[in-house]
Amino acid sequence: MAESTCRVLRDGALEGELAPALTIKDSILTPLSFHVFDYVLSQLSSYVLAGKSQSSGMVIVALTRSPSYYVNMLNSGGIDGVSMDKWHVLLQKLKGCGQIGSCPDSSSGVTVFRDVRNLEKLFSAVLELGKGIVGQGKDRFCIAIDSVTELLRDVPLSSLAGLLSNLRSHERVSSLFWLLHSDIHNTSTNAAVEYMSSIVASVESTAQLKSGQQGLFLLEQNLRKAKLRMRLKRRNGRVRLMSEEIHVEQSGVTFTSISSEESVAQTLVPKVHFNLQLSEKEQLDRSKVVLPFEHQEEQNGVATEAEKSGMTENSSRGEIIYLRDSDDERPDSDEDPDDDLDI
Amino acid sequence: MERSSNLLDEALGIIYDNSSLSSSSSSLPNGSCVLIEDCVETSASFVIHHILKRSLSPNSSSSVVFLSLSHPFSHYDRILRKLGCNLAAQRDNRRFFFFDMLMLGCTEQSLGNIHSGGLIELYGKIQKAIEDSNSSSGNSKCITIVLDDFSLIEVAAKGSFNHSLDFLRYCYTLTSEFGCSLVILNHEDIYLEEESATPILQMEYLANILIKAEPLSTGLAADVHGQLTVLNKGTYDKTRNSMNKGLGLEERAWSHGQLMRNVVPSRLGVPSMLRV
Repeated sequence: MAESTCRVLRDGALEGELAPALTIKDSILTPLSFHVFDYVLSQLSSYVLAGKSQSSGMVIVALTRSPSYYVNMLNSGGIDGVSMDKWHVLLQKLKGCGQIGSCPDSSSGVTVFRDVRNLEKLFSAVLELGKGIVGQGKDRFCIAIDSVTELLRDVPLSSLAGLLSNLRSHERVSSLFWLLHSDIHNTSTNAAVEYMSSIVASVESTAQLKSGQQGLFLLEQNLRKAKLRMRLKRRNGRVRLMSEEIHVEQSGVTFTSISSEESVAQTLVPKVHFNLQLSEKEQLDRSKVVLPFEHQEEQNGVATEAEKSGMTENSSRGEIIYLRDSDDERPDSDEDPDDDLDI
Repeated sequence: MERSSNLLDEALGIIYDNSSLSSSSSSLPNGSCVLIEDCVETSASFVIHHILKRSLSPNSSSSVVFLSLSHPFSHYDRILRKLGCNLAAQRDNRRFFFFDMLMLGCTEQSLGNIHSGGLIELYGKIQKAIEDSNSSSGNSKCITIVLDDFSLIEVAAKGSFNHSLDFLRYCYTLTSEFGCSLVILNHEDIYLEEESATPILQMEYLANILIKAEPLSTGLAADVHGQLTVLNKGTYDKTRNSMNKGLGLEERAWSHGQLMRNVVPSRLGVPSMLRV
């Protein structure tokens, strides 16, 4: 499912729509969001390289890790110096101060941006770099920001929101993704950032820490394994919830799916004392029940209670005519038949 | 005879062997960032001394850039001499760079200057030392940057955590630029009273090895000073190009005898190992 998220980012935005945006958030108990970020980054990079994605370049705004980390990562992922011109790492760490960048400016696709507090300048810098990569045509590019948490240290939420929504609505931006450490911000900030993204991937602990329990071993376990919960808002407004397990291994991260029943039970069904799911036997039993409107064909043989008592002798007979749409739908299903329409 | 490698080495990912002659094996893994959190009752400065000793051991080629805000050179010199390491000689060998920052933010020159560039100037000095050291030795060797301690950087920055964290971030970039490792000592309990514990959280996100020194949860004991919790998140090693998973988590007790030499961590629940 992490892959399907990458595909959504790969497919990018339609004309006149906001670009899809992914928030990757975690907390200190499961600090694995960087692994997810790297995974998305390398997946998107390979799509870009293969020419499969809408975007034909990428701008990385590096605030947490130094650009050389990304250059190394992309290099080790098989992206050599020749194609490095499709990436641009925007280092953003020096605040209006003089000559202390250890990165030489504009070598191997790294540009140093010095004025962090001025997000309008950052916006135009990102666009300029992006256009520099993909040219002046109609090609689009995608943007990675690590991390929004760092930006929020210096600017108020309102300006950050302005930056993100401006980027999302720009015609040359295909998709965005960014990192958020949720426990550093208050709830409203987290919510605001999540509202601005079409996909939220949150890294959560697989087991809950009980009070009084010593959580050391749990913490250790969380460094290797966690649950990735995704909330994906589709174009038609429908929301899909998915969960996956992340495993951190020597070679990188791998994702395994949690069985769907379990994940549905965990995400959708509220905590109730009665059972909302049917067992197999119960479903079988239910399918055998003849519903009232299905008596009609056997009407001749069976007399209703009303007829028995003789009350309907002279009155005209009422009838309910029901034609079932399809056989695969259960007779008492309350599913909306027009659900699949894209309105 | 000292054991070749102890539990703390193991947890930090230091491979130390007295008998082996291989060089640069006894320093921290490249690119690692170690955050040491201690509190008033249990000081963890001995971890810094231990890392110093390992990094400057004769069969290693790594060097140390030391930023001291809490003690003068003579303090460390005395302690390390007891541990069998001559800091003054190492300083002359240009393997130990000592920045005496006791007066940071106090002198008239740096007063008022600290926001606009005092810390940035300091960063420039560190960067220059590293570049010099790298260029003189030819091949890039492992350099450990030690910051003792971070809370005093905050004091020097007039209590602005944001500025101090910026400084830390600049230093952090050196870990991937030059393959240095970064060791920071900070006090956990000074952030306890704040409404949210975000300052310490932001530093914990940065670190890939987190060491916490706390008093024993069971109370005071005559020999045992406290316990260390080491959380090694693993580092990305450029040279090996793979994720290096160290120990996930270890719990130790340590004892402070009369001599610093007696500081030997051991696993909790193994009391016989506490005395050396």
